[in-house]
Amino acid sequence: MKQKPKIAFCWLSSCGGCEESIVDLSETLLAAAEAAEILFWPVALDYRYEDLEKLEDQELDAAFINGSVRMDDQEELAHLFRKKSKRIFAHGTCAHLGGVVGLANLFPGKEGLNEAYLRAPTVSNPDSILPKTRCEEGGETLALPGFHPAVKALHQVIDVEYSIPGCPPTPELVEEAILGLLEKRLPSRGSVLAEKKALCHTCPLNRTKPERIQAQRFYRIYEKIWDPNRCFLDQGLICLGPSTRGGCKARCIQANFPCRGCFGPLEKVRDQGAATLSFLASLMHAATPEEIEMIADSIPDPAGLFYRYSLPSSRIHQSRFEENP
Amino acid sequence: MKSFEPVIIAFLCNWCSYEGADSAGRSRKELPPNVKPIRVMCSGRVDPEFVLESFQKGADGVLILGCHPGSCHYREGNIQTLRRYLLIQNMLPQLGIRRDRLMLDWVSSGESDKFAAILDRMTCRIKTVGPLPGPTGNLK
Repeated sequence: MKQKPKIAFCWLSSCGGCEESIVDLSETLLAAAEAAEILFWPVALDYRYEDLEKLEDQELDAAFINGSVRMDDQEELAHLFRKKSKRIFAHGTCAHLGGVVGLANLFPGKEGLNEAYLRAPTVSNPDSILPKTRCEEGGETLALPGFHPAVKALHQVIDVEYSIPGCPPTPELVEEAILGLLEKRLPSRGSVLAEKKALCHTCPLNRTKPERIQAQRFYRIYEKIWDPNRCFLDQGLICLGPSTRGGCKARCIQANFPCRGCFGPLEKVRDQGAATLSFLASLMHAATPEEIEMIADSIPDPAGLFYRYSLPSSRIHQSRFEENP
Repeated sequence: MKSFEPVIIAFLCNWCSYEGADSAGRSRKELPPNVKPIRVMCSGRVDPEFVLESFQKGADGVLILGCHPGSCHYREGNIQTLRRYLLIQNMLPQLGIRRDRLMLDWVSSGESDKFAAILDRMTCRIKTVGPLPGPTGNLK
């Protein structure tokens, strides 16, 4: 009998949404479970890290890893998967680019702990105790994984063969990746398993986009009631379609919501934020510094908007912490 | 102690500011050696990523010089740069980089005095604010 491919699923620093995208496969998941052997899946199956360690090197055909890397144990696990698996799939935007959790890199590493354990209004911590990697309690040594100064995307920790973008990826993309693996028709290594062109190319509102968009100012979504059947950018709403990879089937647009960029930059673009900034600047209908400044100021949180999903993979992947920037 | 010598990347537009730099050289003006010029066809060619990449790779300051408004060789490439510049300036402090580490100005081909003055001013400014710290806050 032919041996079934062996696969594993795992999550690192993630919210669980990507796991949901696997469960959403419904019947395909059952077929996949039939056609492949799932050897590790902490969310759904009772396997332990020791089981993973016991596998032969390269025994897994593929590991689907979601979430970014922030803690010691996540980094360790990523390296273990690299050793045990022939292929690594960065599953979802956090693993692919760093994701929303990557916005933590706008703050110094320790600030996260200070905020959560010392300053949060619902926390009472008079002795200012912060989590430690080791402590002695009743003659026992207790250990916790260490906290890294910055969030990293998976490819910044280990080599990654394929990326499935999306927050979370559509079940169709996950299905395509799993079927591609089972039917041995995956594209070349290093591919991002989604469209190569921008979202606008597949956007149902593309035909309503005028030749030239001229924005007098940008609106935040609470500031405007918009026409769901007209290009959002033409209505002054910020939609990241032009600088975002397609492949999501324009889910958000169809739900009457502008694109937030979760599929990451286009093929051959490294810095999604810079690309976004650049296209938004070209829409500004102003020529004097005063007018331009007024439009620029209608974007209150540029870094958070432009890098919502991709800060750890961008050029300035971690804030610099100058005094009084 | 050795004094801090900043690295400043200057993107110069081919038609005006690069000519201005040339004429500053021809008239033997003293220019600070900290500024590394990069010639581009138009200041509008300066992708915001070039600016971020310069900072990522160790520049302490970035200078963009283009044609005066109204005299762009490509009609409004410099205005496009102005729009990007003001947006980047809003974003830089969020990335922990002082906004005055990036400067945009206009220099025509005849303005060799202005070119030299801008280079001096920028170098002096970056010397005052000091080196750009690395990602973990330490000096590179």
